[in-house]
Amino acid sequence: MKKRRQRRGDFQGSRINPRHFSRGQIKFYAILIPLAVFMILPVVMLINRAFMPLGELFAFPPHIVAHNPTMSNFKNLFALSSTTGVPMLRYLLNSVLVTVMTVALNLIITILGAYTFAKKNFKGKAALFEINQLALMFVPTAVAISRYLVITRLQLTDTWLVHVLPLAAMPVGLFLVKQFTDQIPDALIEAAVMDGARELTIVRKIIVPLIRPALATSIVLTFQQVWMATEASNNYVSNDTMRTLAYYLNSLSTNNAIAAAGMTAAASVLLFLPNLIIFICMQSQVMNTMSHSGIK
Amino acid sequence: MQSVNKRKKRRRFTKEDGKAYLMLLPYIILFSTFILVPVIIAMGLSFTYFDVINKPSFTGLLNYITLFTQDEVFLKYVLPNTFLYALIVGPGGYVISFLLAWMLAQIQPLPRTILALCIYTPSMLGGVFIGVIWKTIFSGDQSGWFNSILLRLGLIDTPIQFLLTSDYFMLIMIIVSLWSAMGIGFLSMISGILNIDQELYEAAYVDGIRNRFQEIVYITVPSMKPQMFFGAVMAIVNAFNMGWIGVTLSGANPTPNYSGQLITNHIDDYGFLRYEMGYAAAISVVLLLVVYGFNMVAGRLFGDND
Repeated sequence: MKKRRQRRGDFQGSRINPRHFSRGQIKFYAILIPLAVFMILPVVMLINRAFMPLGELFAFPPHIVAHNPTMSNFKNLFALSSTTGVPMLRYLLNSVLVTVMTVALNLIITILGAYTFAKKNFKGKAALFEINQLALMFVPTAVAISRYLVITRLQLTDTWLVHVLPLAAMPVGLFLVKQFTDQIPDALIEAAVMDGARELTIVRKIIVPLIRPALATSIVLTFQQVWMATEASNNYVSNDTMRTLAYYLNSLSTNNAIAAAGMTAAASVLLFLPNLIIFICMQSQVMNTMSHSGIK
Repeated sequence: MQSVNKRKKRRRFTKEDGKAYLMLLPYIILFSTFILVPVIIAMGLSFTYFDVINKPSFTGLLNYITLFTQDEVFLKYVLPNTFLYALIVGPGGYVISFLLAWMLAQIQPLPRTILALCIYTPSMLGGVFIGVIWKTIFSGDQSGWFNSILLRLGLIDTPIQFLLTSDYFMLIMIIVSLWSAMGIGFLSMISGILNIDQELYEAAYVDGIRNRFQEIVYITVPSMKPQMFFGAVMAIVNAFNMGWIGVTLSGANPTPNYSGQLITNHIDDYGFLRYEMGYAAAISVVLLLVVYGFNMVAGRLFGDND
């Protein structure tokens, strides 16, 4: 063993998070790059379809990149929605409103919950956390029916709250943030208590800055769920002016399959773009803060 | 120390407890209303016959007995499909996402971020987008991308109806699911691996670890148990939550010859198409129990309590 190490010279184990390129990394690139291409290719193809004129959409052999890019699909999309009575901007506004409200509410609830579970000792804590642990496994489709019964009984149908409340408590987000909050040393909080800081001050000044990576991840998670959610618009809202963009674009793709192929692609791109932007913004946060945060 | 803790637990409800509950209150209210209560109602309904219009009438275990003895579709297609699909997409997707995260941690930050973004992108597309993409790729005429490649290579003479026949349906569902399965658990695993102290590895090599495989088994995985557990949970939930994928791809419930019929589709079929809510609730309870079983296994492997 000793001989072998000497022959190899320096430390030869994994270099996690290397600064520089070395020959040993080639094999990882050889696997990762083709795989990344496979993952991203369908997305690139669909984005290109959004810019294809009708003739090109059904060409044989199919085009991967748009040869004659055009904005007509997007124009048609906006023109179509204005003829149906509810302009597309209305759907967009609804989506933005609902998403902002849900993400904000979810963030507050999650921070308070995670802090309490991680750093407080209270009666029934073990049991409550056990229940939340179980709820991580929650499969929403499994109880869609009884959820519907609850929501109609509470008379939440046709209100804005029905978009927000069901998605505001997210067991996964709470679990994730709690796991990270656990790693904050108790001494930090005790010192703050000594100095006479109140609970909410501790949360704001100590906890939140230290768990930012986890919060960023939780925001990404919530945003994606809410932005793409069609359940509330489908089942609980009967007025088109209260429905969201995801619902509208979804109905577009199911109603007219061939005639609207270009428009569907354009709509998908519109729906996907905010998701991508939010993720890219938060991703750098997650990656950077994660490796330098110093939480152990 | 132990006994002190125990005595603490048995004490009366104090002001401190009240404060803790006050902070938890918003979460508890929303959680109970939209998750806990629906689960309890589903359990209750599963012992009844309920057609939405009339009041539920108690039928005892009849729904469960029917499900496991009479429901041919469930026994012949849904159950085997669900297990096959869940085992490949759940544990399979989990192992793949760990290996990818591990490889990504071995390369430089900038290419890592770009490649991670490419790999994660499919997970943030949402159902609509996934349906549109893969329906275009596996479209049953010659303008479908996959058919067109096969035609030009001369492997087939006429386009294959990928999404309307049962032959390849399950395979396509699994590919699409794995493609979109590198979700938030994958991201959490990248961070977990990056956070491991480099000195641990160096110490392990001094102690006699010889290769990267041993490194993963003895250092990497044990050092990131919280993230591994979280990843496992996400993989399981994903495996059972993707039931819509078959319906989206084929455009119909049931899927062609029940080839992609998963337990969630079966629930939708009985709940929202036939309005047999009691029966659908019984299937839901079975699903929740199955998921719970998987959870127990994951908890054994990566939980805090060992």
